[in-house]
Amino acid sequence: MLSDFIYLSRTARTRPPGRDGHYGRSVTADSVIDIQGLVKTFGSLRALDGLDLAVGPGEVHGFLGPNGAGKSTTIRVLLGLLRRDEGVVRLFGGDPWTQAAELHRRLAYVPGDVNLWPNLTGGEVIDLLAGLRGGLDRARRARLIDAFELDPTKRGRAYSKGNRQKVALVAALASDVDLLVLDEPTSGLDPLMEEVFQGEVDAFRDRGHAVLLSSHILAEVEQLCDRVSIIRAGRVVEAGSLADLRHLTRTSVAAELERPVDLDGLAGVHDLVVEGTRVRFQVDTAQLDPALRALVGGGVRTLTSQPPTLEELFLRHYGDEIETSEP
Amino acid sequence: MTGTGTFLRTFLRRDRWMLLWWILGGVGLFMATVYSVDQLYATQADYDAAAASMEGNAAFIAMAGPARALDTLGGQTAWQTTAFGAILAGLMSMFLVGRHTRAEEESGRDELLRAAAVGRYATTTAALLVAVLANLVLGLLVSLGLTAYGLAAPDSFGLGLGLTATGWVFTGTALVAMQLTASTRSAYGVAGVVIAVSYVLRAIGDIGNGVLSWCSPIGWYQAMHQFSGLRWWPVLLLLGGAVAATSAAYLLLDRRDHGSGVLAARPGPAIASRGLRSGLGLAWRLQRGGVVGWAGGMFLAGLAYGAIGDDVKSLIGDSQTSQDLFVQSGGDLVSGFYGTSILMLAVISAGFAISSALRPRGEEENGHLEVLLATALPRSRWLLGHVAVTVLGTVLVLGLSGAGLGLGYLLVTGDGAAAWDVAWPVVQYVGPVLVLSGLARVMFGCLPRWTVLAWVPLAFAVVVMLFGDLFQLPQWLQDVSPFEHLPMVPAEDFAWGPVIGVAAVAALLSVAGQVAFRRRDVH
Repeated sequence: MLSDFIYLSRTARTRPPGRDGHYGRSVTADSVIDIQGLVKTFGSLRALDGLDLAVGPGEVHGFLGPNGAGKSTTIRVLLGLLRRDEGVVRLFGGDPWTQAAELHRRLAYVPGDVNLWPNLTGGEVIDLLAGLRGGLDRARRARLIDAFELDPTKRGRAYSKGNRQKVALVAALASDVDLLVLDEPTSGLDPLMEEVFQGEVDAFRDRGHAVLLSSHILAEVEQLCDRVSIIRAGRVVEAGSLADLRHLTRTSVAAELERPVDLDGLAGVHDLVVEGTRVRFQVDTAQLDPALRALVGGGVRTLTSQPPTLEELFLRHYGDEIETSEP
Repeated sequence: MTGTGTFLRTFLRRDRWMLLWWILGGVGLFMATVYSVDQLYATQADYDAAAASMEGNAAFIAMAGPARALDTLGGQTAWQTTAFGAILAGLMSMFLVGRHTRAEEESGRDELLRAAAVGRYATTTAALLVAVLANLVLGLLVSLGLTAYGLAAPDSFGLGLGLTATGWVFTGTALVAMQLTASTRSAYGVAGVVIAVSYVLRAIGDIGNGVLSWCSPIGWYQAMHQFSGLRWWPVLLLLGGAVAATSAAYLLLDRRDHGSGVLAARPGPAIASRGLRSGLGLAWRLQRGGVVGWAGGMFLAGLAYGAIGDDVKSLIGDSQTSQDLFVQSGGDLVSGFYGTSILMLAVISAGFAISSALRPRGEEENGHLEVLLATALPRSRWLLGHVAVTVLGTVLVLGLSGAGLGLGYLLVTGDGAAAWDVAWPVVQYVGPVLVLSGLARVMFGCLPRWTVLAWVPLAFAVVVMLFGDLFQLPQWLQDVSPFEHLPMVPAEDFAWGPVIGVAAVAALLSVAGQVAFRRRDVH
């Protein structure tokens, strides 16, 4: 399985994004983000341990991993806030450490935990950040404030977490940039605003720009992203299009039946628990159909199915391998 | 009211250190004053001379209160402590009330408690009781302390319990302020303005016909005439004011929604002004409150020193200790005194320069810097904006404390040329002050986690200034303090050499700090 990952992460750099027809273009020529073998240590802690990441234009790239895997550290290196110890980091073909300011004209960043100046209003912060980036589109600013239902006259200390995030999102989306770097951007947004956000990200991508979206929520990444890199303990363990990663997803199924059925030994069924007429199990997506047929044979009364959480996924797929491969 | 008892116990427990420091500070103010007055004036002749010079000095009266019985230890003590003691009790009450009412409400923690089986008035009442108790303990300790020192017991209790009642008035007004605005900071602002206005009203009243003094709780407190024919009836004014303000607060509490204020939050600008859209503009916007506050405060401090005029001799008396402290150089007494005063003003101003130099670290710690540096703003330009505010702010703070010094001196003596002579030398200390802020800059660049140590050099400079000669510290050790290298103008002659040398060290430190910051990780 490990060799499979290595294959995937190697091919990820040379393989173009899969979702909307950019096949056949050389990624390195106009790549937006190109990271190879990045190492960053804090004292004795090896936060990034040979990380690879490639994002091209017109691509929404999901950066997926549990908390503490190194997502934010990678972003901070990419933003020139942290200095890399080893490896190659290219942003728009330039060095993010030495050319930080000029490269930043082309990107906008929204941190996961947005902290606003308590005595500046939301409108002032939007203008300040966009102004420092090199100007903003007035009409788009007004439209975004409207779409996100944001009150720009409130002071920073009066905003809720979600509203602080909206301020940073409006400032980012109203700027004329080629790359959005979003660190867990929807953690404070309600579902309605999340939809607005997803619409804006789609529109941004459709203009040919790139998005790096870090998240620990699998569903969010599935909804928005063309390609995904999965990071674990400072290393990318999987990278590819969502279809490439389909083998990772299992479905959790719980059902109440009219009479017991025998699911034991059925291909692709894992962690089976039978309590009389109630069954719970996980099934490989490819084997979903035979498993459901077997259930129907027992007369289905209730049925719930859900995708596994990222944490389950990691525990199942990477838990042991990563432990043993670490020095 | 259900739950008040539980809250009171919790608050007292949470506040125990804060209460200890406030009360110790308050008692310390009174005890230090009586002790220092006692040490300063050895004979009745000293008292008479001091009283004669102070009674005729309008600036002193505006600062402290009406001059009564200044030729006695008790009279001097009461005169020097009432106004500042009242401000201290007012601030203590304000913070005690604010942190349990509006601050809890703004943070949302109060909502959690309100959902439990507690009455609508429980938190407010418990906070009120904490402040009432704190003021009572403070007043009693002051009374007992002064009595134990040997002052007349009735007047000591008049001074202490009058302080308690004044604190209660400000507890009430602070409680009203907490009902007015949804933001804790603005509520503190309102409560602070009430205290400031009380002080200013009595200052104007005391140097004028006295009418305005009767409009101020501090005026009522001083109207008790402690140690100069004590009378108790003004306490009724204080108690009446406290009850009225507290009742008003409860009426307002009943009429407002939880989490909101009586006054609606004022909306701010929806778009940024042109000035804000740069690193320097932002640095100024973030620091202007500090710059203006320090400049205003140092102007007043300068005014206070300047208002002493030429009456240095009668003020500091004949004691050798006070002469050593207030006149650290050769030359005549007056210019020696001003040379030392200027040094003191400069050392205090270094507090501004260091806190201003540490502001960038605050921006880094609370995550603002990360967002800023993700824009096209280069690190160096961002930091340079803050450096510019620190340097220009330091010049402004020192300039205004010099202006205050000169103005105070001019108002009292009417001698313009002499006033200029004591005013301008303050500015020569820009160099040493910036050395301390430069050290803070180096800490920020090299050891950002340890920036709090940037205050150590200031503490060292204070020790050298106050005790260097007293403890006979070796000269090489004293020379470590950058303030030691400048001549104490006007007592000594001005020289360009040390001014330029120290300024060069300051510039070097600042640049080193900035370069180090450009090379390090931002967290």
